[in-house]
Amino acid sequence: MRKATFSGRFDNLAEISEFVVGAAKEAGLNSSAVYAVELAVDEACTNIIEHAYGGEGKGDIQCCCDISKDSLTITLRDRGRPFDPNKVPVPKSKANLKNLKSGGAGLYLMRKMMDEVRFEFTKESGNILTLVKCKVSKSCVPD
Amino acid sequence: MEFKTTEYKRCDLIKTSGRIDGSNAPQLEEIFNTLTEAGKFKIVYNMSDINFMSSAGWWVLIRTQKKCRRYKRGELALACVDPKIRGALDLVGMGSYFKIFEDVTAAVGSF
Repeated sequence: MRKATFSGRFDNLAEISEFVVGAAKEAGLNSSAVYAVELAVDEACTNIIEHAYGGEGKGDIQCCCDISKDSLTITLRDRGRPFDPNKVPVPKSKANLKNLKSGGAGLYLMRKMMDEVRFEFTKESGNILTLVKCKVSKSCVPD
Repeated sequence: MEFKTTEYKRCDLIKTSGRIDGSNAPQLEEIFNTLTEAGKFKIVYNMSDINFMSSAGWWVLIRTQKKCRRYKRGELALACVDPKIRGALDLVGMGSYFKIFEDVTAAVGSF
């Protein structure tokens, strides 16, 4: 299992990406699946910094990558505010450009890019986000 | 963020490279804002050297497109978009807000 802790800063997103991309390649995922993992984790960490911590430099993000025979499991932990995915609006598709408002795309993407997305929160452990990408996966992004 | 702008008769071309995420999306927005604040609304964004773009970057493109299309005064056209970036853009329905060209010549020629 690969494990690393990063300060919750946007400047660290590239390093976090490098870390998970390394694990995704080691897991033997194809290039579109590697990109899907990179994008999902970037969106997740951006949400942690913006919403759970409410800004940069307010806490850490712990990232664990676990490779099994069939899948790659990424676990992201933070100590920010509890995150309730049900409160995030689903982005409107085909909305008029003028009416398009930012927000919600990150979570939507995570769900589309990964095979499993699980959110947990406990007072003891904080937020735990589990992202699973199967080696034989629905491919969302072209090769 | 390194960038290059080229002025054409009918439009302006912007090129940046590397990865666009929450750390540098504001810089990308500043680059576009410099053009739109100068009254330039016909823009081609050459994405041939962009290998990753998160939704933070996409929202910059959406906000810029809104400014360009206001009063039908222009357009932000995208060129040479990596298929993986385009796939993700289309997945959330954002691809439909842009004219996307295979090469820069076609994008510049569209104005």
